[in-house]
Amino acid sequence: MKSLLEVEALGRTFGSGKRTLQAVKGVTFSLAPGEIVAVVGESGSGKSTLARLILRLLSPTQGQMRLEGRDVFRIPLRAYWRMVQAVFQDPYSSFNQFYSVRRLLQKSLGLLGPLSSQEREARIRTALQSVGLEPEGILGKYPHQLSGGQRQRVMIARAIMLRPRLLITDEPTSALDASLRATVLNLLKDLRQEQGTSIIFITHDIGQAYYLSDRILVMHQGEVVEEGPVERVVEQSQHPYTKRLLSDVPRFHG
Amino acid sequence: MDTLLRVKNLCAAYAQGGQRVRAVDGVSLELRRGEVLGIAGESGCGKSTLAQVLALLARPPLWVEQGELWLDGAVYPLGQGIHLPRELRGRKVALLPQGALNALNPTARVREIALEVIRAHEPKTTPQEAYARARERLEQLGLPSRVLEAYPHQLSGGMRQRVVTVISTLLNPKVLVADEPTSALDVSSQKAVVRMLRKLLEQGVIEGVIFIAHDLPLLRSVADRIAIMYAGKVVELGPSEELVEAPRHPYTQALVGAVLVPEPYIRQKRVEGIEGTPPDLRSPPPGCRFAPRCKYAQPRCSELEPPRFGGEERFAACWLLEEVLA
Repeated sequence: MKSLLEVEALGRTFGSGKRTLQAVKGVTFSLAPGEIVAVVGESGSGKSTLARLILRLLSPTQGQMRLEGRDVFRIPLRAYWRMVQAVFQDPYSSFNQFYSVRRLLQKSLGLLGPLSSQEREARIRTALQSVGLEPEGILGKYPHQLSGGQRQRVMIARAIMLRPRLLITDEPTSALDASLRATVLNLLKDLRQEQGTSIIFITHDIGQAYYLSDRILVMHQGEVVEEGPVERVVEQSQHPYTKRLLSDVPRFHG
Repeated sequence: MDTLLRVKNLCAAYAQGGQRVRAVDGVSLELRRGEVLGIAGESGCGKSTLAQVLALLARPPLWVEQGELWLDGAVYPLGQGIHLPRELRGRKVALLPQGALNALNPTARVREIALEVIRAHEPKTTPQEAYARARERLEQLGLPSRVLEAYPHQLSGGMRQRVVTVISTLLNPKVLVADEPTSALDVSSQKAVVRMLRKLLEQGVIEGVIFIAHDLPLLRSVADRIAIMYAGKVVELGPSEELVEAPRHPYTQALVGAVLVPEPYIRQKRVEGIEGTPPDLRSPPPGCRFAPRCKYAQPRCSELEPPRFGGEERFAACWLLEEVLA
């Protein structure tokens, strides 16, 4: 299958001279259309830096990326962000607190260029409904009037509304209760099912990666130390780091 | 087994603009000597409020309205205007807070923080004595004593939380109330903190732990018994294994069902979250507070509050159990 995204020897170094820190080192992988890949690692493993590199919020110091065969860095940013969208950990901080939900979503639609007002309204409503929110009740609300789960659903609705080819989610459920995590992950599953969106799911929680993704990349100190289909990585992990990570997860049943 | 701490019919409320929001409503619990008692529930279920009250740290706008505290052999009535002896706090009961970075003074070295904590209770302690005590405790727990010289920001998140654990147990409190102590940590650091709590128990530094968390797999691994809270009330209690393997309350069943762990059964089905949100405690629903979200709810559930069915050891408050357990 032709890949959607190809990442080749991607790296990012911070600082200079003696005080350099290589946050991401020679990361290479590809992502097929409609595939969900989880990037798993501890705090400081470089997984969020990788997300920022792919989103082009940060420029790499080494390596290349191609989206549908095109050099990513030759695609104008706005056009790139029409295809690649993100959902972050803390919906509160990525939400302008003076904007109502309607205004936030309308502003994001601006990325797509001119649309008729009916088209805008229809897209907004469909997106909210698809994440289980009732548009009437929610469009006029401000972020502080929403619960954490609702805020995160609004952020997912925002991403869905733009119909990106690739969605990057960086710890989207960390700020949520366990009772809501499954709901949010199911939204991502359905999104892939219905729109064929590829997803890069960044998490420190192997349980969630195991539930949601097709493939796992395990990151440690900036490098991908193990990669493979979820079942293989979880059930027969090879790298000592992956094994340790798994053995530190508390057993739930038995 | 003998009781270390017990609360009976504890009620605590936030007074907010002339309005009272009762966040802990009639909670009775017992912590036994040598055990870890887990308390779980969603955000807003009252578990952190309970932690504040149990750690004897309730202060306005949080008021303890009523209840009875039984602590290490003595009984204290609780209520507005009743002041507990000051020496209980820190000596008999200590709090291990969630955000370790926020709990530590950023401009003080760890040893200065340790000194301050010891001196607050034993004013005559010399710095040398205090440092020696802190050093000894660190070594006893397998931590490098050089952390004493560090500032909080120089330590990793996991190490910081372990250091806070050491500091909050320097005075050998009987009971340690740990409020989400590992929620901000990754699994490896989480495990280190949990191991350390177990060690402190084994070494007899502390005699019991109340461990509050929303993460059931973690609680299953650390706690001997688990109490489930919903909207200010304890809805189910039981030995950890039983509670996870055979939950009785529909809320506990839903919580257990929503857990995502790397175990094969997870990939074979669609895991469902719990629809809806916990009730607004300014006007809690009548009857069972979970009824509006419960898929088994019957008419009487929203009229009459269910009593506890079962015994002291293992109970759940749900009408469904009436026939099964009567």
